[in-house]
Amino acid sequence: MKEKITNKIIQEHNLTKKEYSLIKKILGRLPNLLELGIFSVMWSEHCSYKSTKKWLKTLPTKGKNVICGPGENAGIIDIGDNDAIVFKMESHNHPSFIEPYQGAATGVGGIMRDVFTMGARPIANLNSLRFGDPSNRRTKNLLRGVVKGIGDYGNCVGIPTVGGECFFHESYNSNILVNAMCVGLVNKNKIFYSTAKGIGNPIIYVGSKTGRDGIHGATMASAEFTDDSTNNRPQVQVGDPFMEKLLLESCLELMSYDAIIAIQDMGAAGLTSSSFEMASKGNCGVQLFLEKVPCREENMTPYEMMLSETQERMLLIIKPNKKKLTFKIFKKWGLEAVEIGKLTNTGNMELYLKKKLVGSLPIKPLAESAPEYNRPSKKKSKKIKPKKVIKKNLKKILMQILSSPNHSSKKWIFKQYDSSVMGDTILSSEKSDAAVIRIHGTQKAVAITCDCNPVYCQSDPKIGAEIAVAESWRNLIASGANPIAITDNLNFGNPEKKEIMYQIKQAIQGIKNACEKLNYPVVSGNVSLYNETNKNSIMPTPVIGGVGLIKKLENAKGFKMKENANIFLVGKTFGHLELSLFHQMHKLNHGPPPKVDFKKERKNGEFVKKLISKTNGVIGCHDLSEGGIGVSLAELCISNEMGIKVEIPKKFLSKPEKWIFGEDQSRYILIVEENFNLKKYIEKEVEIEKIGIVSGVYLEFTNCFEIPVKNLIKLNNKWFNEYLK
Amino acid sequence: MKKKKIISIIIFPGSNCDRDLMVAVEKNLGIKPNLVWHQTRNIEKTDIIFLPGGFSYGDYLRAGIIATKSPAISEVIRLSKKGIPIIGICNGFQILTECNLLEGALLKNSNQLFKCEDVFLKVTSKNKFTSSYKKGEIISFPIAHSQGNFFVNDQKLKELEDNEQIIFKYTSKEGSEDKNFNPNGSKNNIAGIVNKKKNVLGLMPHPERAIENFSSRDGKGFFKSIYEML
Repeated sequence: MKEKITNKIIQEHNLTKKEYSLIKKILGRLPNLLELGIFSVMWSEHCSYKSTKKWLKTLPTKGKNVICGPGENAGIIDIGDNDAIVFKMESHNHPSFIEPYQGAATGVGGIMRDVFTMGARPIANLNSLRFGDPSNRRTKNLLRGVVKGIGDYGNCVGIPTVGGECFFHESYNSNILVNAMCVGLVNKNKIFYSTAKGIGNPIIYVGSKTGRDGIHGATMASAEFTDDSTNNRPQVQVGDPFMEKLLLESCLELMSYDAIIAIQDMGAAGLTSSSFEMASKGNCGVQLFLEKVPCREENMTPYEMMLSETQERMLLIIKPNKKKLTFKIFKKWGLEAVEIGKLTNTGNMELYLKKKLVGSLPIKPLAESAPEYNRPSKKKSKKIKPKKVIKKNLKKILMQILSSPNHSSKKWIFKQYDSSVMGDTILSSEKSDAAVIRIHGTQKAVAITCDCNPVYCQSDPKIGAEIAVAESWRNLIASGANPIAITDNLNFGNPEKKEIMYQIKQAIQGIKNACEKLNYPVVSGNVSLYNETNKNSIMPTPVIGGVGLIKKLENAKGFKMKENANIFLVGKTFGHLELSLFHQMHKLNHGPPPKVDFKKERKNGEFVKKLISKTNGVIGCHDLSEGGIGVSLAELCISNEMGIKVEIPKKFLSKPEKWIFGEDQSRYILIVEENFNLKKYIEKEVEIEKIGIVSGVYLEFTNCFEIPVKNLIKLNNKWFNEYLK
Repeated sequence: MKKKKIISIIIFPGSNCDRDLMVAVEKNLGIKPNLVWHQTRNIEKTDIIFLPGGFSYGDYLRAGIIATKSPAISEVIRLSKKGIPIIGICNGFQILTECNLLEGALLKNSNQLFKCEDVFLKVTSKNKFTSSYKKGEIISFPIAHSQGNFFVNDQKLKELEDNEQIIFKYTSKEGSEDKNFNPNGSKNNIAGIVNKKKNVLGLMPHPERAIENFSSRDGKGFFKSIYEML
């Protein structure tokens, strides 16, 4: 390790001159290459959140059901009866663009490890995907690879993939987004954390052997792409879902004994970040004997071992008297577990190779003096394009929306995911605004959803983020749940650009505001920046993953309908068409997104919640979002293969498009039993009106147009099948 | 409804429907099954053996092939010869064809993709595994596999047909055996078969995922037949 640290090496490690000076100051000397490498990954945007930390701190993270907020491997909420839900969403954007199959697969693997590391058995996976324009030459293969990667990994491990979203837009042509969310179940008295404790306690490595794959993955995910970024392929890790399954079962088995003090998966920045984070949380020092690290290849250097991102590896601190038991359990599952080091009281990370000290770093200062930037931000001024005349063939527009890539049935994707393994999937997100998963062996369930409308966020990141939070809240309510908390996955461009930093700050502000108003805290999250290629940034995409509780299984609603049932609209319709799908179909992309009135949002939500949980009147429910009433009703018809008759209110007859396609917030469609007297439940401040009934074989706006439901189904299924023929 | 019978479920590393099967057995038969680890060299007493779904040993080669080398499978083969009923579901079916307890092979799905959906099945033969169904009855179970495309040559197919060894076929809701209702390219829409002696059953669809109020409940008949059989 005698290499001279040149400016070029510093640059290659994505460190600024200032950061390098700070490194020298912390060490009181020059770092060697191994030490520089460790600093570079620990201080990478991906691991240190240096551009966003200042703002993320402002998010509300506490609540009466929150057991564990951000800072651990995943967030945890209490759902009663000693049951707790562990969940988090994480991005694997950069690797998935370079190698879609492995990038997406390892994204799923990583987030599942974050969940079972805490003692939870994963019970559901979701994913939020963004691809480029379908006509872009890369899009088709990226879509195929990502979907197969997600499916093959989750299917093999045996965790149902129950929902998600998939959206195409040219801004993602060279930077796709793959955000994976995992939800797990744990006994709230048997949660495992990552705080290392006990001087002298052994550090155990278990799982795949360390290879040269993924070295500098975290640094890659912290830089912009250029045209030759696909040359980064060696930085993408390769997934082994079978190994993950063995790790999952063996760790859960070991956790049933009183053996583990702390446990952490080796995710981004591998052995480095896992050992540093555990030691830093416990104010410990660490000695690692690197010759003991199981390696896949010969002659791996300490630098490679510390920075490798080989998947499916865990690091454990165990009680010394439980060593034998630990090795026995791992052996039963055919896994190699090795003691690679021990905890010390020095506060330093001491790395030895064959008894020679090859690196020594102070743990706390390295973790805690990670740079925190208050990067400058500025709103980008927009040019307003002149308004075009709107065509008025509403029937055609609705058909166009339902056959467009973004609003076509996602069956082609969804069928590649095992959604029914574990036997607890009550509703997948194909049949409900939120997926509903039974808590095994009980009469309760969790509802899970993920959402973001980047078109709104592009125009106004604050309102866009507010809407993403509000929509996830509504999705949970519409599925019959009481919303509890969220995880957020913030995907943006290069934060060193003022206008991107503006988007980031505004979006976080929006999430903060919405979460506070809805009493809906953030318990975990992930930030993915530098989603740019050749200076072109993605649209701001703060994806929100929401989780709620359904106390009685019969309250799980989803898109159910019944012949002759009444259809009610909850919430006020103004007819906001700017940025709506209706406008997008006319290639109009300007104007503000609809505003969220949080007082109304809460009132309407609480009303629907009460109606579902306290009466037997509600058959099904669907929230209103993109595409407004028209798309929502069409989705209900398609899902149930039943017709609907609704009448456009008189005051909208001169402008029916406002009623059919307006995207005003805080609204729901309720399908209500024919004889149910809803009147006596109506509250003063909640706007509710009957708009029609379930009947016939048409989606019929009685005073405007009608489409046979079987045509809707055909249209809705067409695009994916033709595109991927 | 308690019978003192021993039900064994073999667990391989990578099995992932073992819990679902265990729950379904307990719920529908009132018997807690024995979980048998793949390295077991001696299965002393059992009245029936299940091979669950999943990805045994990762299924990185042909699905099911590595499992055939496990000690537990030697026992399964031995016991099958004695007439003990053996049921393989999904990966279990793949293992049973790989160790030649059942005819044919399970190839990759014709579209090369994993497929998970609810399918309709016709109960084409009535025997002890299907005693609770009517012959020709249409039932619904989910499928979830990437290698469920059953293949046999025409001569063997004829034998299967003549001996009434074909138990389940993929059909429409109305019972049409048209290829449009074949989810994976399987020969003659075959979803499940038995061996000549009719004590070994393999099927791709998952009856253990069709026993709840929120799913199809047609799997209950499957477990009821097993209960009657024991």
